[in-house]
Amino acid sequence: MSAQIFSRTANAYLRVSLIAIPLLLGGIIAALIGLYLSPWYTEAGVAKAQPIAFSHAHHVSQLKIDCRYCHNTVERAATAGFPATETCMSCHSQVWTTSPLLQPVRDSYQNNTPIIWNRIYDLPAFVYFNHSIHVAKGVGCTTCHGQIQTMALTAKAQPLYMGWCLGCHRDPAQNIRPRDQIFNVDYDVQSLPLAERQQLVVDYKIPTDGRLTNCYTCHR
Amino acid sequence: MTNAIPNRVLTRLLWLPLLLILSACHIDMYDQAKYKPNQPSDFFQDGRAMRAPVPNTVALGSFRPDSALATGKLNGELVTDLPPEITLNASLLAHGQIVFNAYCAPCHGLAGDGQGVIANRGPLVVPSYHTDRLRTMAVGYFFDVATNGINRMYGYGARITAEDRWAVVAYIRALQLSQNANVKALPPDDQTKVKAGQ
Ligand code: HEC
Ligand code: HEC
Ligand code: HEC
Ligand code: HEC
Ligand code: HEC
Ligand code: HEC
Repeated sequence: MSAQIFSRTANAYLRVSLIAIPLLLGGIIAALIGLYLSPWYTEAGVAKAQPIAFSHAHHVSQLKIDCRYCHNTVERAATAGFPATETCMSCHSQVWTTSPLLQPVRDSYQNNTPIIWNRIYDLPAFVYFNHSIHVAKGVGCTTCHGQIQTMALTAKAQPLYMGWCLGCHRDPAQNIRPRDQIFNVDYDVQSLPLAERQQLVVDYKIPTDGRLTNCYTCHR
Repeated sequence: MTNAIPNRVLTRLLWLPLLLILSACHIDMYDQAKYKPNQPSDFFQDGRAMRAPVPNTVALGSFRPDSALATGKLNGELVTDLPPEITLNASLLAHGQIVFNAYCAPCHGLAGDGQGVIANRGPLVVPSYHTDRLRTMAVGYFFDVATNGINRMYGYGARITAEDRWAVVAYIRALQLSQNANVKALPPDDQTKVKAGQ
């Protein structure tokens, strides 16, 4: 009689592992997806420390300064840009001139050294993005950047995944607003009836023939 | 035996393909070896990827000392008229209002009375536009101040295009008119122009 190769318990091991291994694999994949979507990875909603405690809540909602005062290329160029030190100094050479919080600004101005802000929104280098077209076609700042007027330190409003860009490019009518409301941070896109938003899409000549979702629109 | 490695060893290495999961993390296409606007740089000494013009040079085509559009002056004199490239009409004034409200109103106030939010906050005293001196001042003066600044006010030439600055100037004239309906105080050609624009 030949020796027994499998013990009796082997059957039980097999049955358990038939269930356990797929469960484990599924679990690993689910965990990775969860990680991919979690704020820990995407940094959405997480305020970043900055070299100067600059507050949009302060400057935008209390002082009512327009976005363009500081991000002045947003209507004309691909990038909105960060304000030059001189832009801060146009006010802070006169107001709060002794605040220790503003010492880095004054140093930067005197020594002609740049202030290096920590980037919050940063697309991969293989994605082409352009602010001016969105601003010209009725997509407001808060649609993409969230309620920035409430942020003491700036945080990402959403992770900038491709699916999010595509979602709007497929159906822009959901997020279009009149051109004179682009910089209005308190404007609610839904306050305009859908029919009127669809009319705006026609008025602004936004292509709805699928051109906007072609890969080469954003990967060129 | 044909197999050099026993099957038992192979079986033990079955978990190795799982390592492939880790390999999805390379980022060379995310952060490509090129500069994008506003990036820091460790190549240039001042740490900026965006380069400032070399001292004592100007960009080709940007140096127009004899153009009223670019300087607000003709032959060294402040112009009293909008330059010919700018046509005064309702849309110019509407655009001027947008630019004024964004760039000038924080200090000068929405009505140009020097009572903006910043002026109300701190020690910054901002003059009103509604004085006899400024009402009769040549338009070129406003353009020059908007471009190069004056005393404590910084210049906005780098941030606002020349055309937009002229729109602001036209709007300031309209503001002055709105606060002081005494049209006679304006130069005659401005009078007709502002009337036509409104
Ligand atoms: C007084 C100047 C000022 C004004 C006005 C201003 N910003 Fe900013 N903004 C900054 C500075 C400085 C930073 C960099 C520091 C930071 O990220 O908070 C910044 C950063 C940002 C960022 C994040 C950029 C990144 O990726 O790191 C966004 C988005 C932004 N601003 C949007 C806006 C919008 C929208 C408005 C108008 C409602 C506005 N800002 C008004 C000065 C300003
Ligand atoms: C249009 C004018 C204006 C501009 C431009 C401006 N600020 Fe301010 N900022 C103010 C005023 C006014 C206050 C004080 C607010 C108050 O009195 O409540 C202030 C307050 C601050 C404070 C808080 C100071 C403290 O001690 O609490 C910081 C930090 C600051 N600003 C940073 C910046 C930076 C950085 C920039 C450039 C990107 C900038 N500001 C541009 C007007 C301005
Ligand atoms: C369609 C969505 C969208 C809209 C609308 C939008 N942004 Fe952005 N913004 C982005 C994306 C995406 C980035 C990241 C760009 C990159 O990494 O190249 C960004 C980056 C920025 C930055 C960082 C500097 C830069 O230019 O890369 C600032 C500042 C900014 N936006 C301000 C604004 C302001 C002010 C407005 C309103 C006038 C606005 N944005 C409207 C999507 C948008
Ligand atoms: C809320 C809506 C919205 C979101 C979100 C959005 N877009 Fe757009 N995008 C538009 C609209 C509207 C246009 C204008 C299309 C036109 O009229 O040509 C546009 C145009 C563009 C264009 C120019 C297309 C051309 O004709 O050359 C590019 C590139 C682009 N978007 C990239 C992006 C990227 C990348 C993202 C994500 C980071 C994004 N967009 C997110 C609405 C959106
Ligand atoms: C509206 C703009 C837009 C369009 C259209 C678009 N993409 Fe993307 N794509 C993006 C953005 C934004 C990202 C970066 C997402 C991220 O950071 O995770 C991206 C990332 C990717 C990636 C890399 C994913 C990763 O995580 O490494 C691939 C591959 C890709 N896109 C393929 C495509 C293909 C194929 C198409 C055409 C069917 C397409 N894209 C159309 C905006 C776009
Ligand atoms: C940061 C605050 C601030 C902003 C923003 C600002 N100004 Fe001024 N402005 C001043 C101050 C302060 C003075 C007084 C300068 C002095 O004589 O010391 C002044 C003076 C002037 C004068 C001269 C008045 C006179 O009495 O001769 C004009 C014209 C003027 N500003 C136009 C503008 C225009 C146009 C803009 C927008 C593009 C603008 N200003 C934006 C603060 C500001």
